[in-house]
Amino acid sequence: MSGGEISSRSLQIFFLTTGRRFTGRMAAVDDLQFEEFGNAATSLAANPDATTVNIEDPGETPKHQPGPPRGSGREEDDELLGNDDSDKTELLAGQKKSSPFWTFEYYQTFFDVDTYQVFDRIKGSLLPIPGKNFVRLYIRSNPDLYGPFWICATLVFAIAISGNLSNFLIHLGEKTYHYVPEFRKVSIAATIIYAYAWLVPLALWGFLMWRNSKVMNIVSYSFLEIVCVYGYSLFIYIPTAILWIIPQKAVRWILVMIALGISGSVLAMTFWPAVREDNRRVALATVVTIVLLHMLLSVGCLAYFFDAPEMDHLPTTTVTPNQTVAAAKSS
Amino acid sequence: MAEAEESPGDPGTASSRPLMRDLKAVGKKFMHVLYPRKSNTLLRDWDLWGPLILCVTLALMLQRDSVDSEKDGGPQFAEVFVIVWFGAVTITLNSKLLGGNISFFQSLCVLGYCILPLTVAMLICRLVLLADPGPVNFMVRLFVVIVMFAWSIVASTAFLADSQPPNRRALAVYPVFLFYFVISWMILTFTPQ
Repeated sequence: MSGGEISSRSLQIFFLTTGRRFTGRMAAVDDLQFEEFGNAATSLAANPDATTVNIEDPGETPKHQPGPPRGSGREEDDELLGNDDSDKTELLAGQKKSSPFWTFEYYQTFFDVDTYQVFDRIKGSLLPIPGKNFVRLYIRSNPDLYGPFWICATLVFAIAISGNLSNFLIHLGEKTYHYVPEFRKVSIAATIIYAYAWLVPLALWGFLMWRNSKVMNIVSYSFLEIVCVYGYSLFIYIPTAILWIIPQKAVRWILVMIALGISGSVLAMTFWPAVREDNRRVALATVVTIVLLHMLLSVGCLAYFFDAPEMDHLPTTTVTPNQTVAAAKSS
Repeated sequence: MAEAEESPGDPGTASSRPLMRDLKAVGKKFMHVLYPRKSNTLLRDWDLWGPLILCVTLALMLQRDSVDSEKDGGPQFAEVFVIVWFGAVTITLNSKLLGGNISFFQSLCVLGYCILPLTVAMLICRLVLLADPGPVNFMVRLFVVIVMFAWSIVASTAFLADSQPPNRRALAVYPVFLFYFVISWMILTFTPQ
């Protein structure tokens, strides 16, 4: 902890405790005040709010002005702290990624996570808490590429293998069915999942940058943070894909709804603060598009990789009554 | 790799001596994989011959006939090759990016050699498939593949886990698990035409 950071944190506490309304933030401020004297690392981990009025960076001060006059006290805190976090992100981004992009060390900064951090981020994507922003709470200026890459890889194989298993179990017992491993579907799944996990964040980042140039948005995310959120939000689909082996249409659609609800809400709560100040229609359209694309991915994967159970049961159901009738006649 | 000690005036043994030495080195490493102990042999004297032999053997056994329909069959020779080598390179890069202190080729060497149990499983499965198909056939193959998969994981983790800082060990070992799981799946679902 440098002297500058400690003084900026104490300034933050001073700033928060004097002359501000904080409806619903009392607990956080109390925590801040007590944890100021606690372990530096845990207090930083527990209170993302503690990071930052950046007095070192004079270029950031114009951004603070739109914050206070707006909305209720809670939203003020959100906006201000979200702004500070993005400032801190940019500042830290400048500090961390100082190696040129052709050196190995540059890419090592994207893998600077410990096991417990990855688990925490996965847990955060599975349990969306209303009002808590995934990026601010878990990523906090340390976006990693480990999670998105390996979650996508696992998802690719989970979908391909589960689809293969499910088709095998559905067609089991049919005389004309010959099992094939369907290996070509792995490359198709890989193309779909990785394209979604990289191109949609790219498009969203470009869109947010464009809107930022027109409307002064308080919260902005870097490209890697968006990739990170999308990567971790896909984690729920891994158990969903495995459970899609169950050949019941109702079960599959319930699973789709649950998974879409969880990961869609993580994405919606992450990107709502970033478009909130914009034109209301644009903001709503953005969030709806994000959720819609997510639904398209899951429904598309379900339709393409998993055969429909009812249609293929029809030939066997016409066969079995004859067999039972024949068995009854012969007995 | 072993040409340095050839005696120039001895053409008869010049080609067979280094070859025997290399083969012995490869065989020694096979033994180290089959009985994994904490030893540095795989890491210190790495070579890529063993992984190449194993990968080619596995790909030859796994490839489907050319008369198969392209969409639905098992992997082609090139696909198995690409998966094994691309997967090993990706895991090595991942391990180095997380801060491991293992060299690139050492890691490739370890991952390649630890395919040996799965290659043995493929051989056994091919033999078992010569018998009549049925659920018993499948259960035997499943059991063999599971045992060999566990063996591969144990062997590679014994060599690779120490090279990672302790707070990231699980992050480095998980891709190895995924890699061998995919290869095991390909072996288990192999169906001859």
